[in-house]
Amino acid sequence: MEPLLCAEHITVCYNGIPVVKDVSFQVDQGEILGIVGESGSGKSTIIKAVLGLLGESGMVTRGDIWYKGENLTDMPEKRRRKYLGPEIGTVFQDSKAAFCPVRTVGAQIHEAVSAHEKIKKEETKRRAAEIMEKIGLTDHERIWNSYPFELSGGMNQRVGICTAMIMNPGLLLADEPTSALDVTVQKQVAEELLMMRREYHTAVILVTHNIGLVKKMADKILVLKDGQVRDYGGAGEVLEASGDAYTRELMDSVLTLKKK
Amino acid sequence: MTETILKAEHLTKIFSTEKGSFPAVRDISFAVKKGEALGIVGESGSGKTTAARLVTGLIRPTEGKIFLMGQEITKAKGRELRKAYRHMQMIFQMPAESFDPRYTLGSGIRESLRNAGMSRKETEQRVRELLVQCGLTPEFTGKYPHQVSGGECQRAAIARALAIRPELLICDEPTSALDVTVQKQILDLLLKLKREGAGSFLFICHDLALVQAFCDRVLVMHEGRIVESGTPDEIISSPREEYTRRLVESVL
Repeated sequence: MEPLLCAEHITVCYNGIPVVKDVSFQVDQGEILGIVGESGSGKSTIIKAVLGLLGESGMVTRGDIWYKGENLTDMPEKRRRKYLGPEIGTVFQDSKAAFCPVRTVGAQIHEAVSAHEKIKKEETKRRAAEIMEKIGLTDHERIWNSYPFELSGGMNQRVGICTAMIMNPGLLLADEPTSALDVTVQKQVAEELLMMRREYHTAVILVTHNIGLVKKMADKILVLKDGQVRDYGGAGEVLEASGDAYTRELMDSVLTLKKK
Repeated sequence: MTETILKAEHLTKIFSTEKGSFPAVRDISFAVKKGEALGIVGESGSGKTTAARLVTGLIRPTEGKIFLMGQEITKAKGRELRKAYRHMQMIFQMPAESFDPRYTLGSGIRESLRNAGMSRKETEQRVRELLVQCGLTPEFTGKYPHQVSGGECQRAAIARALAIRPELLICDEPTSALDVTVQKQILDLLLKLKREGAGSFLFICHDLALVQAFCDRVLVMHEGRIVESGTPDEIISSPREEYTRRLVESVL
């Protein structure tokens, strides 16, 4: 089977300085790939490269990123825009900051959807309500009419997930989706993302520094350090028995609760 | 009987806004004994940081009393408060923000020593010792906060807090902004300092695993109240309150 997304030996440079070096990975349909690493390891840069959001100074200088057999790196801006949303959805660390503060979330969800298809507001609302129900936003009427600042961090994050999932993308890019949340909410959001995967068979690239989250969610793990791949493989292998010294140091640094 | 370093009695803090008043901390009492590390855990909005800021005199309690080394410091200000800071020092979450960006790390550490009346020569010697004690090299005296990594900066902040040998260190999320491998290093440093008898600790943190690794006793805060207290093992292995159980179960 052809992989959904495939990165082949990509190198990403900012102003000519490489920050991601010769990284390869692939994601199959319905699979969750966790990309872990510390600050500055280049994990968010990979997400940006997939989205084409590297900006003026950033560039994929070597290698290609393939999505369903199409080369994303060479794709003209206009064509790529058709993919972002309906095919590749994104959830950011702070969805509240990603939303416009002076418009209701309902208006913004509808705007996102209607950029890609001709749809009535009522229909968007109905579809949003369906997803909100699944991820624990039971009061969807109120949420639809709320401004981002009227909602809590966890609720905003769920609205972000809803906005990404409403177009039923094949791939969801989640950059630190739970890092801004309290632990109890973090666990709920993680479970909701897993449930979305079960329901819609969406593949997920989960970028995080939280090893616990990756342990709970990922099927495969890629470990990055200074822009280079230190380990890549099945979650169990990487977490428990990595052959790489840095990966082991990273895993050993994770504090776990000792219960009697 | 072990000496009590810090005692908080029935502290309440009500923040008043245009929309009404909000009680951030509601009638909490606790004590830190000599050589003890007391942890406060809770989620955002639980009042744990407000509790720390009350104790350090950065904000005033609406009600209640605070005693440091037997002296009441609830209403201390000016000279009295400065005297209290000889006995307690703080370590914050964002190390780089807690240093003046225009001064070197060395001058940040030097300042408190010079204020305490130490001679220039002695001060230099002590700054070097402190940096080495905190796992840095003496060369760091001449560096600016933006020239060092987050972990190095936090080490310097710990060195600064230790400079005047306070009886109590108040740490507000000291590792939350750091990478896990660095977090482990800072934790090891704090554990080393605790073993060497650096004083007592009030350790504010949302990470239960970290609290378990460092603290002797822990308070769980929820909506401004202390809902449970005990040793970390008691709290984690057999929580009595529903909220504590939920908190423990949520750790991934």
